[in-house]
Amino acid sequence: MQDELDPLLVMRGIVKEFPGVRALDGVDLEVVPGEVHCLLGQNGAGKSTLIKTLAGVHQPDEGTISFGGAEIRSAHPTAAIGAGIATMYQELDLVEGLSVADNIFLGHERARFGFTRRRDAHRAATELLGGLGHGEIHPGAEVGRLPPAGRQVVSMARALSRQARLIVMDEPSAALAHDEVDNLFRVIGELTAKGVAVVYISHRLEEIRRVGDRITVLKDGRTVGANLDARTTPTSELVALMTGREVDDVFPDRPSAGSHDAEPVRLSVQGLSDRDHFRDVSFEVRAGEIVGLAGLVGSGRSEVLEAVFGARSAAGRVEVDGVVLRGGPPRAVRLGVGFAPEERKAQALLLDQSVTANITLGALPRYSRFGWLDRSREARDARRRIADLDLRPADPQRPIRTLSGGNQQKAVIARWLLDDGLRLLLLDEPTRGVDIGARAELYTVVRRLADSGVAVLLVSSEVPEVLGLADRVLVMREGRVVHAAPARDLSEHQVIDMIMEGSAL
Amino acid sequence: MTGMLTVDKPSVSRPSALVSGRRHLGLVAALVLLAVVGVATKADTFATTSNIIGILALASTIGVITVGMTFVIIGGGIDLSVGSVMALASVWATTVATQEYGPWVMCLCAILVGTISGAVSGLLIAYGRMVPFIATLAMMVAASGLAQRLSDRRTQLVKPGNSAIVDLSSQRFLGLPLLVYIFAAVVAAGWILLNRTTFGRRTFAVGGNPEAARLAGIDVRRHTVMLYALSGLCCGIAAIIIMARTTTGSSTHGSLYELDAIAAVIIGGTLLSGGKGTIVGSILGLLVFTVITNLFILNGLDTSDQLIAKGLIIVAAVLLQQRSNR
Repeated sequence: MQDELDPLLVMRGIVKEFPGVRALDGVDLEVVPGEVHCLLGQNGAGKSTLIKTLAGVHQPDEGTISFGGAEIRSAHPTAAIGAGIATMYQELDLVEGLSVADNIFLGHERARFGFTRRRDAHRAATELLGGLGHGEIHPGAEVGRLPPAGRQVVSMARALSRQARLIVMDEPSAALAHDEVDNLFRVIGELTAKGVAVVYISHRLEEIRRVGDRITVLKDGRTVGANLDARTTPTSELVALMTGREVDDVFPDRPSAGSHDAEPVRLSVQGLSDRDHFRDVSFEVRAGEIVGLAGLVGSGRSEVLEAVFGARSAAGRVEVDGVVLRGGPPRAVRLGVGFAPEERKAQALLLDQSVTANITLGALPRYSRFGWLDRSREARDARRRIADLDLRPADPQRPIRTLSGGNQQKAVIARWLLDDGLRLLLLDEPTRGVDIGARAELYTVVRRLADSGVAVLLVSSEVPEVLGLADRVLVMREGRVVHAAPARDLSEHQVIDMIMEGSAL
Repeated sequence: MTGMLTVDKPSVSRPSALVSGRRHLGLVAALVLLAVVGVATKADTFATTSNIIGILALASTIGVITVGMTFVIIGGGIDLSVGSVMALASVWATTVATQEYGPWVMCLCAILVGTISGAVSGLLIAYGRMVPFIATLAMMVAASGLAQRLSDRRTQLVKPGNSAIVDLSSQRFLGLPLLVYIFAAVVAAGWILLNRTTFGRRTFAVGGNPEAARLAGIDVRRHTVMLYALSGLCCGIAAIIIMARTTTGSSTHGSLYELDAIAAVIIGGTLLSGGKGTIVGSILGLLVFTVITNLFILNGLDTSDQLIAKGLIIVAAVLLQQRSNR
């Protein structure tokens, strides 16, 4: 049926280069009115760049975009919005200090002679929010005070307020609970019934099956699969397209059960609590052991990691090799604790600096004699770690921003390996934004570290990753550890059940 | 291995000695151009030794302050208090009580007053969680007031017995006044500190991504205090230079120096948002400013035109940098 319609959007041979990376390398995309078109692809496949090109944020280097039959030549966000393309970004683009109504009508304010018409805007906002099933959100409320789901709704109301013919939704369900996802799908259904097209990006395959019509698969900046039926295309085919290979054996072998029982306790956490995020968390990690924390976003797992490192204040007792950890990150680092935080770019990297400067950041005292930097020794160590972790390109002077996500992550991990005294490594979402091939390598690196006697505490939202990599798994829900068991005794299904059981989901 | 791991082009923006030299090419060209203009308009007075020495002596006061300012700005901050802290240091060092102890104690006093003032700003910013702009604005106003109170708003002369300080300006070594050597030494020390020590590396880290620096185990707050203390130290040294040049300490010294110093740093290519910058660029930026002032004075032009020219130069420099950064 859809093939009979004239396409609303046709993108052909889109190429976009950034310094050092060809983010899009000839992408084709065709969307017809009234369909939900799903974009699938691993992190780094080019989805975000593609939608930013569509939204007019990036000007493509090559290729053509035509929308509603007319070719779009000069890319500009205003032009895209004017043409009827609305985009809901993954990192919500809301102004936190403004009210809900102000955010919804930002850029096309309800005004007369430059004076805003607040009552008019509030009424229209209430209407839009009501249509989204969220009449309880007050249009005058400050967006910064809304919960993540509420912000998502505001972002969506904003897209709707534009009378768009095409709405791009980048991971719209990521911040939503289950019943809210249903609500989202209802709204999408209403939109498509009116002929609006939706480009839907999600990592959750079951959502795509429920809401999607057709699928386009991206890999390494190219379209590798198009016009696939969202309901009937087998998962194995989709995964094969996304990865370009069969997925198995990405996890390194695990040592046999109980092999760590005789090892000394490296990390001991007792009664760790803070006001908002976690309560009475206690556990131990032995030398050579990888312990995974599984839980939803907001279950407190990342916060526990930060508290262990001393980057977040909390009551309770944290000991590393029997020494009480107190005094924040500098002290933790001196005791041999390393931390690879969740947001690589925001929390770990100096994007303007070289790979070497990024690797040695945590171990500068090692290269200083009376404050003087021993640069040749620094460079030698950095080169050795680059080789150890097979970091590519193996150029120590290259600015780190030009590396792929996986290699940036390797640099963050390399930071803690300079010192042979590493005793505990804290990993928060170590494979976020890292493609499958590089993941397998990272897993091997982490296991190798554990085998050398380092204790590893791992946080990941991907349950298979926790189960595949960790020796022992702690399941967290609403700030508490609700279950602890060897990873081999747990199935993905069980863990997901435990994560969600009793919560609002 | 999948394709994403290897980046296609092996080396796009690799910083090498060549590139970092080229980074300042625009400023060097501007200086050459100004020199040509100087020779063309006032050949008899511009290209003389005494004029060039005059330029260097003029540049040395703000130049020393600019070094400290470069550190603060690379570290993600700003220091508005430099001018009045220098004034305070010069006043404190020339009070009757201090002058009794002789020139060495006067110098030590200037340096201590500067460093402590800077450290107080740093403490307010790092531990009081104040915005640098506000904290140093408060310091600027307060230091100025304290300088007026100490001096009773009178200009304090350096006593004849302490003329050793004035000698820094009048005595020469290899044809150059001693204070030019102080300037050069501060620049050299600043360059080494920024590029060859852990302190410098941490400054880039703290300014470029404070959260990453913190999570890498760097004590960001302590480092911030040290950055502002360093800026204050530079103000103390600048106070010694201004005492030598004017033979006075006064609360009116250093007026608007903060703006000249910040402008020089920005023209020199340092990012106001922190994390990126060079000492050499700042000094070149300052020299461009100083030579312009000199040219205007030599040609008998109005100071108001001079200010307009400076404003235009700041805009032009920043526009050019934005283009080359793209």
